[in-house]
Amino acid sequence: MVGGETSGPEVALELRGITKRFGDLVANDAIDLDVRRGEIHALLGENGAGKTTVMRVAYGLSHADSGEIRVNGTLVHVRSPRDAIAAGIGMVTQHFSLVRPMTVAENLALGRSGGLRLDLNAARRTAADASMRFGIRVDPDAIVGNLSVGEQQRVEILKALARDCRILILDEPTAVLVPQEVDALFATLQRLVADGLGVVFISHKLGEVRAISQRVSVLRRGRMMGTVPGTTAEGELARLMIGRPIAGDKRAAPTHDDAGGGVGDPRGVLSIRDLRVAGSHGTAVIDGLSLDVRAGEILGIAGVSGNGQTELVDLLSGMRMPLGGSVVVDGVDVTGLGPAEMVEAGVGRIPEDRHASLIPELSVAYNLVMERLDEFRRAGRLDERAINEHADRLIERFAIKAHRGDRVAALSGGNIQKVLLARVLSRDPKVLVVSQPTRGLDVGATEYVRSQLVARRTAGAAVLLVSEDLDELLDLADRLVVIYEGRIVGEMAVGDADPERLGLLMAGRGAAGGAAA
Amino acid sequence: MTFIIDLLAATLRNATPLIYGTVGETYSERSGVLNLGIEGTMYAGAFAGFATAAATGSPLIGLAAALVVGVLAGAIMAFLTVTLGANQHVSGIGLTIMLIGVAEFANRLIFTGTDLQRIEPMPLLDPLAVLGPGGEVFRQYALTYVAFLLVVPVAWWVLQRSSFGLEIRAVGENPEAADAAGVNVARTRYLALMIGGALMAIGGAFFTLAVLGSFTLDIIAGRGWVCVALVIFGRWRIGRGVLGALVFSFVYSLQFRLRILPGFGELPFELLLALPYLVVILALALSGRNVAYPGAYLKPYRRS
Repeated sequence: MVGGETSGPEVALELRGITKRFGDLVANDAIDLDVRRGEIHALLGENGAGKTTVMRVAYGLSHADSGEIRVNGTLVHVRSPRDAIAAGIGMVTQHFSLVRPMTVAENLALGRSGGLRLDLNAARRTAADASMRFGIRVDPDAIVGNLSVGEQQRVEILKALARDCRILILDEPTAVLVPQEVDALFATLQRLVADGLGVVFISHKLGEVRAISQRVSVLRRGRMMGTVPGTTAEGELARLMIGRPIAGDKRAAPTHDDAGGGVGDPRGVLSIRDLRVAGSHGTAVIDGLSLDVRAGEILGIAGVSGNGQTELVDLLSGMRMPLGGSVVVDGVDVTGLGPAEMVEAGVGRIPEDRHASLIPELSVAYNLVMERLDEFRRAGRLDERAINEHADRLIERFAIKAHRGDRVAALSGGNIQKVLLARVLSRDPKVLVVSQPTRGLDVGATEYVRSQLVARRTAGAAVLLVSEDLDELLDLADRLVVIYEGRIVGEMAVGDADPERLGLLMAGRGAAGGAAA
Repeated sequence: MTFIIDLLAATLRNATPLIYGTVGETYSERSGVLNLGIEGTMYAGAFAGFATAAATGSPLIGLAAALVVGVLAGAIMAFLTVTLGANQHVSGIGLTIMLIGVAEFANRLIFTGTDLQRIEPMPLLDPLAVLGPGGEVFRQYALTYVAFLLVVPVAWWVLQRSSFGLEIRAVGENPEAADAAGVNVARTRYLALMIGGALMAIGGAFFTLAVLGSFTLDIIAGRGWVCVALVIFGRWRIGRGVLGALVFSFVYSLQFRLRILPGFGELPFELLLALPYLVVILALALSGRNVAYPGAYLKPYRRS
């Protein structure tokens, strides 16, 4: 199924056998890819499939362990973006490389000439020309920092065009755009390919990919699954992207029917209604989200990252304020409370970035009491004996392979996660919010963490599990909801989940029925 | 009337070394490097200028020597912070301590006698003498004219309007973006620091070559640190920095003259001496909030 076309004269960019390893992880496994002149070529795949990695290699931001890159049939050595630019390759990364306090024209002129002469008029001409030919409208004298994200993206495209790029790589360009801007971007891309450019469009959204691209190459777990026409049915694309049949219900753990208390209560122990939360850009990243997690249940949240998961977990941790809506924990309204009050209300949280939740330079013992220092204070001083006894108890109970005096920074990832688990679970939270709990852990630690989550569920806690690992969700969760653009777009029991429907929902192609809220 | 003319003339004269230092520090900081070596660089410039002028009899050759020493001091700072990526605070303070120590050591070696060595200081220019007493304001040293009429406009134009200035600002704001655009980040920072160092050293040499005609210990007396504050007060803009230098210098010159006025004798002179510094602190407190530091301030750049 691998697209094995021989490189014809129409091929602008050709990748052969690109392999990139990060330690033991093979991010790209012998990737082959051809991008033709005058085509929009989509690179489709889940998070972590290796889409961005392979394109960073092509642009010289990262170096492949093996493989070669050809431009117009000629072998090129791309060691830095400068080499890529010289070869006619341009890339708009997700994180823009613009100098924000400067004007658009200054950003375009930067690095274009040496010495003292600064020809901003040439930059203005480039902008005017691009506006006329490709519909890229941007004021050359505007300060970049004042522009919207969509306009900044246009400046990045202008920068590539000003350097005569013939192959333009766009990394998830629509992730930051509002719908109208997406339309404008697509119109621009059509005009660019009409002019003979080759465009690589990285995306995980099926609808977009089908709307814009002539051909689609699908990556899954670092491997090229094949190149298919852009007209391929969504179901087929989703199957290629998600792949393997869903693992059956192989849990030995009890289902929530066996757990006591709270079952049958229509409103969960954790109940969220019409939640709206602002993201870093000020726009609502969570927009009208409602969900319930019942006692003795693990609710899994599936979704491509960046659809509001981080903001939801931050909010439930008390680290972010809602714009609207309500959050109720066990009948108590906790909307807008801070971290300490959330803990007090019975919310335990295991956030995505475990290192940011602990203080690496302090000992295991101090980290274990960090959320409850008040209980270990006597007459204004810390009760070291109680802290140490507490640490020894938890080290024993959670099988942490460390001494209470060890610095957390010196521990392995698995043990760091166990310290966090011990700190949170020792308080018997009624609601447990967990995000990517096993990311980066070895098999043993992963099993341990999962068993602890299941044990909590059995003990009657309401567990909200956010994970990008579908297998993990299917293994652990009782129910799945799919989050897309800050809303729950689908809900299913784990037994009913099939990969095609999940893939469609995660990619924003809302299936009929099942939508909650 | 003579009081005011005298005050304005002193303001311009006292502002001169601050202008050189502030413009030099602005160049360093706009490239992303806080150069706390400024105090030592001014000190070393003052000594090198004086020693060379004493040896050759030419203040101009002394000025050239100060310039070379300043370029070298900037290059040392660049080597520490750009090439080695060392902490900028520590590097800068270390450079200041080293340069002051070396200058004092050399001073003892060269000028061993007990008598204060003197050179013939640079002459005062008086192009507007025809205006009568009002023209007295413009009775100034050539270095003052150079500062206001040459250094400030040229430095502003290069920084804001030239390709090189764009590169300095870009590497100070977002070195990754500059690098990706093909700008040599290290080279740009080296050049900015060396130009800045040259200006600082000339500012220091102004004392020995023009005002005093001699070298004394503690001759800079913290003016380098004042320049660091003025750069922040000026929000890294040359025009505002010059304005700050003029305000500081005005208050500084005023307090000297207030001491001899009737009524002010009652005040402890230390209070008056503190006045310009209090003004700087006040101005910083009022205008220094929420200022946008250069994006890559204090950050060494390494390609990932």
